[in-house]
Amino acid sequence: MEEKKEYVVEVEDLTVYYELEKETVKAVNGISFKLEKGRTLGFVGETGSGKTTTALSLLHLVPDPPGVIKSGKVNVCGHDMLALKPHQLTKVRGKDISMIFQDPMTSLDPVFPVVDQIMEAIMLHEDVNKSEAYQKAIKMLELVGIPEERAHEYPHQFSGGMKQRVVISIALACNPQVLIADEPTTALDVTIQAQVLDLMKNLRKQYGTSMIMITHDLGIIAEVCDEVAVIYAGSIVEKGTVREIFKHTRHPYTEGLFNSVPDVKNRGRELTPIPGLMPDPTNLPAGCAFAERCSYATDACKTNKPSEHREGDHVFFCSAYDDPGFAIKRKDS
Amino acid sequence: MTDTILEVKNLKKYFKTRRGMLHAVDNVSFKLERGKTLGIVGESGCGKSTTGRCILRLIEPTSGEILFNGENVINKSKKEMRLLRQKMQIIFQDPFSSLNPSKTVMEAISEPIIYHRLITDKLLVEKRVRELMEIVGLAERLINSYPHELDGGRRQRVGIAKALAMNPEFIVCDEPVSALDVSIQAQILNLLKNLQKQMGLSFIFITHDLSVVNYFSDDIAVMYLGQMVEKAPAEELFANPSHPYTKALLSAIPQMDIDHPMERILLKGEITSPIDPPDMCRFQKRCYWDCAECCKNEKDPELIEISPDHFVACPHIKDYS
Repeated sequence: MEEKKEYVVEVEDLTVYYELEKETVKAVNGISFKLEKGRTLGFVGETGSGKTTTALSLLHLVPDPPGVIKSGKVNVCGHDMLALKPHQLTKVRGKDISMIFQDPMTSLDPVFPVVDQIMEAIMLHEDVNKSEAYQKAIKMLELVGIPEERAHEYPHQFSGGMKQRVVISIALACNPQVLIADEPTTALDVTIQAQVLDLMKNLRKQYGTSMIMITHDLGIIAEVCDEVAVIYAGSIVEKGTVREIFKHTRHPYTEGLFNSVPDVKNRGRELTPIPGLMPDPTNLPAGCAFAERCSYATDACKTNKPSEHREGDHVFFCSAYDDPGFAIKRKDS
Repeated sequence: MTDTILEVKNLKKYFKTRRGMLHAVDNVSFKLERGKTLGIVGESGCGKSTTGRCILRLIEPTSGEILFNGENVINKSKKEMRLLRQKMQIIFQDPFSSLNPSKTVMEAISEPIIYHRLITDKLLVEKRVRELMEIVGLAERLINSYPHELDGGRRQRVGIAKALAMNPEFIVCDEPVSALDVSIQAQILNLLKNLQKQMGLSFIFITHDLSVVNYFSDDIAVMYLGQMVEKAPAEELFANPSHPYTKALLSAIPQMDIDHPMERILLKGEITSPIDPPDMCRFQKRCYWDCAECCKNEKDPELIEISPDHFVACPHIKDYS
């Protein structure tokens, strides 16, 4: 018997292109996934793999032009995001779904004190007067560890970690059900990163927020996520729980990622980089996008789309598994 | 006998600011053996890049000695320095801003060769450039490409080829892989390691990425607000981190091992200002050890050797180890 699961985000066959004058960048090519309430889904992949574009589509924020959502369905908390009108979107963004961007400096307005910027979000979504909004904003700042004395300061007076806390408090001000964090700690030092990740984990526990965490750091995935989707050239190549992806890796690209990062606990291990580069998104190959760099690839991989395979909820797209005896070198553990 | 290629003694670099003297690098000393790598790690503003730049005198140090092959670099005239820089090179973090956008790969790599008049014959220069491109793994067809046509990994390869053009003995690598994706990062790290083996290069490897420094270095120095707080062979440092800051720093690395999560030490408290800092431990305000209070009345601690080659700048280390 299957349990009934409640999904806050459902994306089906999402395809997003950036149509430029001379060429078309195929950023997202048929991505489907679901986010269960209260869970955290990680997107891992390299620069240009389409992680951020996917996230922006959830908020219907893909810059248009040149961005065009070619096909697909995006359902966030019961709203069909792609069908909503601009004024309806304003009500959903920030209230049902929020986003934290990588660089906290560019997401804050330099000419307003931070408390005003939090109040702005609150007053937009909740029926409160100014002083109530102020009280709530102060409470949000305290929640992320910023005392009231500093509420009236401007963004430039805060350090990078503190600015990211302000951004988090804005994103959480209206208790969104879904929070998208796009590389929230990439611009921060490790000790500060640890503080911010810790804060996010606590907030998730407290409010039961569902999260999508975009990162290129497998360590962060291991630490904060329940599920992972590995993205390559605009497609999900492997998806499953953290344990399945880390301990029972299936896709050759995921294996390549693991072999590329130095492991603190095993310094003698040689790094095996993935040879070559990600294919140009304006000129994707007909078959598997990873075939060019894959050591297991056959000629058929270059022309045929990869086939889908499943082990329970663990999904991976690789034609090599058509042969039931196939296994990658990385051992299950 | 050990063969020391570089020795830095009591290096200081202070910057004058409107609010006082900013102590960017304060009394840093270390030795680098030929063919080895010293990793310098620390967070933004700890003075790791300033140290690297002072060694090449790209920034003039305030005081201290820098002995390169036994010669003090500080006293060299501009002309002597120019000759010396052939032997000491640097690779920068962001290969896009360190390459001139209007110069092709050929022009970029040949620039130092022509400047130092190593080779004057045009055809031979091109031959040398092609040779260097092969060493760093750049396809020959890219010789007339411009930086914007290259991806980050290839741009960094151009930066490395440029540094290798002079046949240096010693290279400062300042965050050479931080701007790159992991799969590309591993390519560049392996390239640098192979070059070191083949050419006997000595490296100073500056980074904030602890897993990279662990993979790459023989010795590691940890810097905090301009000072060296701990120095040890890489394996020893990761096995027995001793300074409270190093412990916190190592515990902060997100771990891929999902079965054995590390206990995390979260740092609190504000960071001491590097402008005219008082004569006491700079980590004191964020220190989580019980004895942190008494450090308020103690002088700035010096490095002490707690086990062979393992140095720590904390007077209370004995009570905690």
